[in-house]
Amino acid sequence: MDFINNYLLTLILFSPILIALIILFLPKERTKLLRWTALIGSLVPFALSLVLWFSFNSSADGFQFEEQYNWYEAINSSLHLGVDGLSLTMVLLTTFLTPLAILASFSISDRVKPYMALFLMLETGMLGVFLSLDLLIFFVFWEVGLMPMYFLINQWGSANREYASLKFIIYTIGGSLGLLLAVQMLGVAFGTYDMPKLFELWTAAESLNNIPEWLDIKTVKAVAFWAFVLAFAVKVPLWPFHTWLPDAHTEAPTAGSMILAGVLLKLGAYGFLRLILPFYPEQAQTFAGVLAFLATASIVFGAFAAYAQTDFKRLVAYSSVNHMGFVILGIAAAAKVGLDNTDLAMNLSKNIALNGAILQMFNHGLSAAGMFFLVGVIYDRTHTRNLNDYGGLFTLVPIYGGILIFTSMASLGLPGLNGFISEFLVVRGTWPIFTLYTAISMLGLLFTGAYVLKGVKNVLHGPLNKHWAGGEHKVSEINIREIIVMAPIMVTILWIGIWPAWILKVINKAVISIF
Amino acid sequence: MAIETLIIWLIPLPPFLAFFLIILFTNKNKMLSHGLGVGAAILSWLGSMFVIYKALTDDHFSAFEGTLKWLPIGESTDTWFSIGVMIDPLGATVLFFVSITIFMIFLYSIGYHNFGQPKGDKDQPGLPPHGATIKQGKGKSITVPSIEPLYARFFAFLSLFAFGMYLLVVSDNLLTMFVGWEIMGLCSYLLIGFWYGKKSARDAAIKAFMTTRIGDVFMLLGIVFLYTATGTLTFREIFTEETLAALAGAPAILGLSAAGAISLLLFIGTIGKSAQWPLHVWLPDAMEGPTPVSAMIHAATMVSAGVYALIRMFPLLTADFSGHGLTTAMSIIAFIGAFTALFAATIAVAQNDIKRVLAYSTISQLGFMIAALGIGAYVAAVFHLVTHAFFKALLFLGSGSVIHGMEHGVLHTGKHKVDPQNMFNMGGLRTKMPVTFWTFLIGGFALSGFPVITAGFWSKDEILADAWGNGHMVVFITLAIAAFLTAFYTMRQITLTFLGKPRTKEAGHAHETPWTMTVPLVILSVFAIGFGWVGIPEHFPVLGGILPNWFHNFVGHTLTHPPEVLKFDIVPLATSLVVALGGLGFGYLAYRNVKSPADDKLQISVLKNKWYFDEIYDFIFVKPAYWVSETLIYKWIDRGLIDGILHSFGTVIGFLGYSIRKYFDLKLINDFFSDGSARVTQWFGGRLQPIQTGHIQQYMLASLGLIIIIGGILLSLLVQ
Repeated sequence: MDFINNYLLTLILFSPILIALIILFLPKERTKLLRWTALIGSLVPFALSLVLWFSFNSSADGFQFEEQYNWYEAINSSLHLGVDGLSLTMVLLTTFLTPLAILASFSISDRVKPYMALFLMLETGMLGVFLSLDLLIFFVFWEVGLMPMYFLINQWGSANREYASLKFIIYTIGGSLGLLLAVQMLGVAFGTYDMPKLFELWTAAESLNNIPEWLDIKTVKAVAFWAFVLAFAVKVPLWPFHTWLPDAHTEAPTAGSMILAGVLLKLGAYGFLRLILPFYPEQAQTFAGVLAFLATASIVFGAFAAYAQTDFKRLVAYSSVNHMGFVILGIAAAAKVGLDNTDLAMNLSKNIALNGAILQMFNHGLSAAGMFFLVGVIYDRTHTRNLNDYGGLFTLVPIYGGILIFTSMASLGLPGLNGFISEFLVVRGTWPIFTLYTAISMLGLLFTGAYVLKGVKNVLHGPLNKHWAGGEHKVSEINIREIIVMAPIMVTILWIGIWPAWILKVINKAVISIF
Repeated sequence: MAIETLIIWLIPLPPFLAFFLIILFTNKNKMLSHGLGVGAAILSWLGSMFVIYKALTDDHFSAFEGTLKWLPIGESTDTWFSIGVMIDPLGATVLFFVSITIFMIFLYSIGYHNFGQPKGDKDQPGLPPHGATIKQGKGKSITVPSIEPLYARFFAFLSLFAFGMYLLVVSDNLLTMFVGWEIMGLCSYLLIGFWYGKKSARDAAIKAFMTTRIGDVFMLLGIVFLYTATGTLTFREIFTEETLAALAGAPAILGLSAAGAISLLLFIGTIGKSAQWPLHVWLPDAMEGPTPVSAMIHAATMVSAGVYALIRMFPLLTADFSGHGLTTAMSIIAFIGAFTALFAATIAVAQNDIKRVLAYSTISQLGFMIAALGIGAYVAAVFHLVTHAFFKALLFLGSGSVIHGMEHGVLHTGKHKVDPQNMFNMGGLRTKMPVTFWTFLIGGFALSGFPVITAGFWSKDEILADAWGNGHMVVFITLAIAAFLTAFYTMRQITLTFLGKPRTKEAGHAHETPWTMTVPLVILSVFAIGFGWVGIPEHFPVLGGILPNWFHNFVGHTLTHPPEVLKFDIVPLATSLVVALGGLGFGYLAYRNVKSPADDKLQISVLKNKWYFDEIYDFIFVKPAYWVSETLIYKWIDRGLIDGILHSFGTVIGFLGYSIRKYFDLKLINDFFSDGSARVTQWFGGRLQPIQTGHIQQYMLASLGLIIIIGGILLSLLVQ
């Protein structure tokens, strides 16, 4: 037990890749064995993160379970891991969704071995971003997460996968080039990549080493700020950097979409919270209006664009743009208030906005993963994603229909389910800071209703499309395995909707101590 | 925790559990499902009655309250956003009619959905049942009503609805109230779209959800505004003198105080939920919903929630009201209410569907209440809310009974073309369905405000008296005309449906509905008459003072400063009498001989088409919304502009790469350096061929020489 406690984060971080290695040594034709190894293996990090969750002290400041190992001594970069309330919730989300996504992938029968191995590598990549307290390591894992996703889309995707995977990889790598440069600059200037140290040094810095003299530090900071913002904005994705997302989602395999929407997008928002706000409080305050504008554009345009879709999966993909907009809106409001504001009312609003933004990340992870999975379930049966091809399926698949309506309502932000609480908090926190943007974003909230109901209407309601009623095209009810994928998601959705204190307690403490 | 507080916490719970139990476990078993639903309704009803009893017997009753820490947010780890329950006099009053009507709905639904009848021949889920054929020996067979295929699901939705309504009523804060509010919105979506196989039902469900959601997003803004301004959403904390004074003093926008602006934002939510103009369009379409039961749920009960929310916010609404001259917010509210009352009544006059008449009548009556609130008549609004809930529930259930009876007739004749909801197909049902007739008559008279005996008279009279007494002449006249029209269309409905002779064979074969449907009718009609007597004004001629004006005293004490009792005036009373009796009389005279729509002088197309609001909205909102999302934002901005820029990057870089290959790689590197150097090598190779003699000694000698040279160079470098 001591061993586990002492090396908890390392274990969580590297156990997926260890399982991936084991899988590489299993015979490739034993698909059943491969699947079960991957599933049971992915439960290990989940179990460990539950241990982490329960042994985490939610009333203490700062990082916990810190570990530090030499990694690249020459440039003072070390494998420094640690969690606080912010990263803890994201770690839990990742390890919670990955087993479900693997279970959802049991329907994959093409090259199961590399598929599962890539999936577990992906998990390590994402966890690394959340766990690392070293900028260089952060960046390494940031990129590590990309590659498996690229191959998952490129190899197991649908018709237009070449275009989508290329767009995805070029866009995200292109976005993170500036991040790499900025990270290097920080490392060169201070001789360390350690985040806790940099939080102190960089924000207080009056001058920088190894930077040409004719550059004044204000400019450097502003440029580095935008480099960071660009990298994370592409990932979130923030309007107008979002067009890779619908393509990537539409072409990705079901489980790929679940993780892409469920966790990968959170990396961007996490970057905003972990790096941009603490590193660039002044710049963030200066440019908060721009961020709020882009966030509002994401909310409104995302909702409108989702409403325009005839492809079910694309509709859900655009809903991510819409929902993640609320995360950034909350962050922008907090940035506007700044870190050392003395106005109590403003600080309260900032606190509420950030609580909402972080909870919204978690909530969107649940509902988006659920929605993508449900799109996958119906696609497996009908081999079409065109909304006009369905119609009246409720009669054939009542259980699936019930689950779809439930998850849709979570996505719509129905009070009583999780999405409402986070959206309410964001709206409440943003209102006194960006009143106009908050009011405009209500238009997005209205159209969230419109596109969600459009999806439900075309799939489940209306006269039954006889094509699916019998014969070889007969649509079968959702099966037990698929229900098992959805059940934990639905229970958590309801749980947070009714009793959010268990998770908000952790988040709020993080918000208080970081910002 | 006191026992009554615990009970209040528990009231919403049974229906909530029933919903999950039915959905998850008992959905195959119809008996068990309705057992759970009805059982839960009874439990909640008993709990409510207990709490009300406690409230009535407590001499110093002001409120039962309980709170719970819910959201840990704020600047320290032990600051919480709390939620809680509260029953004050207003809450108890609303709980009273809500628990009774919900219980009645559950009971009634069993009969309406044909429990105990056989499965239909061709029935399928998502479509109304079409009837079953039963063989009766000798090759004869008859058609009887068949049970609803999704019987269990109906009770599940009904239970969820009950949960939402109870949650709304017991909440002590706006946030959980909003939760209940939206859950009911979901239920109304699910129930209107219950027969989802019908295109019309599906579209009506979406229309209802979206229209009310317009109101809801404004309401959400109102809630966050209020929360920002006061730091709390709990009613008791907001309605303190200091907070209200601060809100009334703080300027917001457009000359409104913060109190006024918040009230108006919240009021837009009410407009949506209570189907007031201009968001009234969803309610009549909601009659597409399968049953009068569901129609009743969201037309008689759920829509009351909108008015209830406004009543709750009354102290805020009147925070900057000095008693003379309405504030801007109040004027707007009074205008919307009065206008809607009249506007909806004009449409109701020309409708032929028995349920639609009632739907417009509901919109109109809610307008009365809202107008009352707008002019500051608090108690009158609450009074009318309660009496209306009883008699409108009675009317909706009565119309359901009529339709059910007519469906009997339709099954008997086998002519499925005959619309069992069209009043022109009815007539003479008085003798066929006596219980339904008498109860419907009571409900109709209460709605018309038939003098003295009906509850509707007392509550409507109080609104008119308030408008008159406080000098709001425009509101008074508008409402008086609306009241006249109300009596008129109600009598039209009663005449066409029940009086005269059957106009179709189907009406001739209609017959009375089972006891599960008629018992609720009888119970509700008791309240439709009796509930008026608890609020007879003290100074009313002859009757005043015989019974104490209990209602005014009880409900009035919800407010910090209970409103004063108005002086009696003969003008509003005379007006009430004239419009009610006049409307009823005219209605009877005009329609006693009408045989078909052609004889009906009021089938004016602008009224029949509801003043063309659907068409107007379609043109200015719905179609542009499609264009904006599909063409402007998706096609032009996303695909055209943004992706266009991206692809142009791709093209430029592709062109750059191609150019580099063609002019740099191929020409310079390959042709000049690579191929060039290859040629040079070849040339040297040719020239050097002679030294390749094949003699090993010569090679070794050459190697030795090379080593010496290289070694010499290295040595000289090192020495330096």
